[in-house]
Amino acid sequence: MNDIRTVGVVGAGTMGAGIAIVAARAGFKTRVYDSRPDALSSARRQTESFLRRSVERGKLAADKLPGILASWIDTSQLEDLGDCDIVIEAVFEDLKVKQDLFSRLNEACPAMTLFASNTSTISITEIAGGSGRPDRFVGMHFCLPAQLMKLVEMSAGLNTSEDMFRRAWAFCESLGQQPVRTQDTPGFILNYFLIPYNNDAIRLVEQGVAEAEEIDKAIKAALGYPMGPLQLLDLIGLDTQRLLCEAMYGLTYEPRAACPALVKRMIAAGRLGKKAGRGFYSYDDSKLFGA
Amino acid sequence: MSTYRVLQAGPSRSFPEPSPFLSAATPHGAGIVMIGERCGEAYCSLEKRAGFAFIALELGEECLGVHTGEALATEPSNVVGFARFRLGNAQPTKLIELVRQPNTTPSALAAAKAVFEATDLVTAVCNDFPGRIVNRLIRPFYNSLLRRLDEGLASAQDLDKTLCLGLGYPQGPLALLERTGLEHHYDVTAELHAALAQEAYAPARRAQVARQRASTQPRSSP
Repeated sequence: MNDIRTVGVVGAGTMGAGIAIVAARAGFKTRVYDSRPDALSSARRQTESFLRRSVERGKLAADKLPGILASWIDTSQLEDLGDCDIVIEAVFEDLKVKQDLFSRLNEACPAMTLFASNTSTISITEIAGGSGRPDRFVGMHFCLPAQLMKLVEMSAGLNTSEDMFRRAWAFCESLGQQPVRTQDTPGFILNYFLIPYNNDAIRLVEQGVAEAEEIDKAIKAALGYPMGPLQLLDLIGLDTQRLLCEAMYGLTYEPRAACPALVKRMIAAGRLGKKAGRGFYSYDDSKLFGA
Repeated sequence: MSTYRVLQAGPSRSFPEPSPFLSAATPHGAGIVMIGERCGEAYCSLEKRAGFAFIALELGEECLGVHTGEALATEPSNVVGFARFRLGNAQPTKLIELVRQPNTTPSALAAAKAVFEATDLVTAVCNDFPGRIVNRLIRPFYNSLLRRLDEGLASAQDLDKTLCLGLGYPQGPLALLERTGLEHHYDVTAELHAALAQEAYAPARRAQVARQRASTQPRSSP
């Protein structure tokens, strides 16, 4: 039985904005924190655009829209998350950054507030270790684009209380998501397989096996996948892929997880993917996927 | 678009049954599509190779260069390789992997591409490397899944569910490998491992077992 009413989301990037849409759309009062006012403005604009398009497509009742937008409140003061029942962190993949953040949240939030990390590669046990409340800490890894994808990989750290894990699980289901329980191992399930697979696709481009568009076309036609790996990488962002690789390779030392040299060159050239207007493909807008 | 004739030498993995593509061929077409597991030999015995819009040679797991030779050839060539992707025992997909060599002319490539696409097939162009695109990319992924299944990361059902929900796959990869014959995964990875000498292509334990069982036990009736 879900007892959570107010949700905090930390980080207004692509993933944070998507999680906030999921929470607000499911009827939760949603507070979105980011220290960068421009990121908050951008997330708000993209959220409005996505939800209005959802109404146009008949995916969302028009009369629900004002309430959802009213429940989506942004802030650049971390203390404003003090009334949240759960805080979900979606900042970039850096253990120290995440631990520092949760240490500050531990001061700002009451003892009953549950902490969750959307990390895709870092150990939940390690992040929780710096949170001041490792027993009330869970992993909730949403998938990109969070506002469209139902899967949430949920993992408990070594010190997570089973009661708290069940509480988070019930909340996840009340979001309308489909949780899957995973072990707290590097990359959980999805990224453990996806990061090396995407690297393999980058290496095919790097080694001149085929061009990005041909690779994506082949995979979609052969296997019925909705998106090719290089299209997906453009959505993830090449800078994010590099961080994911560094985290995964640093934990597993698996050669396929090592960051391909082409990723570093593309980052240096500003070809970060869809958000930069150019990655493996060129784009003329930076709207959220599905908007 | 060019017309084409079809020359068959042995059973074809790309076109095992009558198809719109085979039906659209004409006896004196401007291009030649050579199908069948012995089409490499047939290509070598062609009396005339020049003057055709293209010659498309069906490939197995081998490189096109095995049939054409590639000793620093720089003269323009009208030859392309192709294979219609199919996983194990599954029916062929719509994908035609179209293989070019450094000296393949753009006109031959374009003509071959056009005739395949005219009958609702999808082409993806690649250079002449082992595994082309799809096998080169998915086999290490499948090996990794099979290995982590052995190591107890999650059940096969949960691994497949996560990949389907997370990435929109129409079917879980483990169920797909099982359905289409895991022993075929062994065959493909063994060839790629020999060609590329990369550990990621070494057949996973489960695939080795499946191949041993398929080789030693009579197939049960459906």
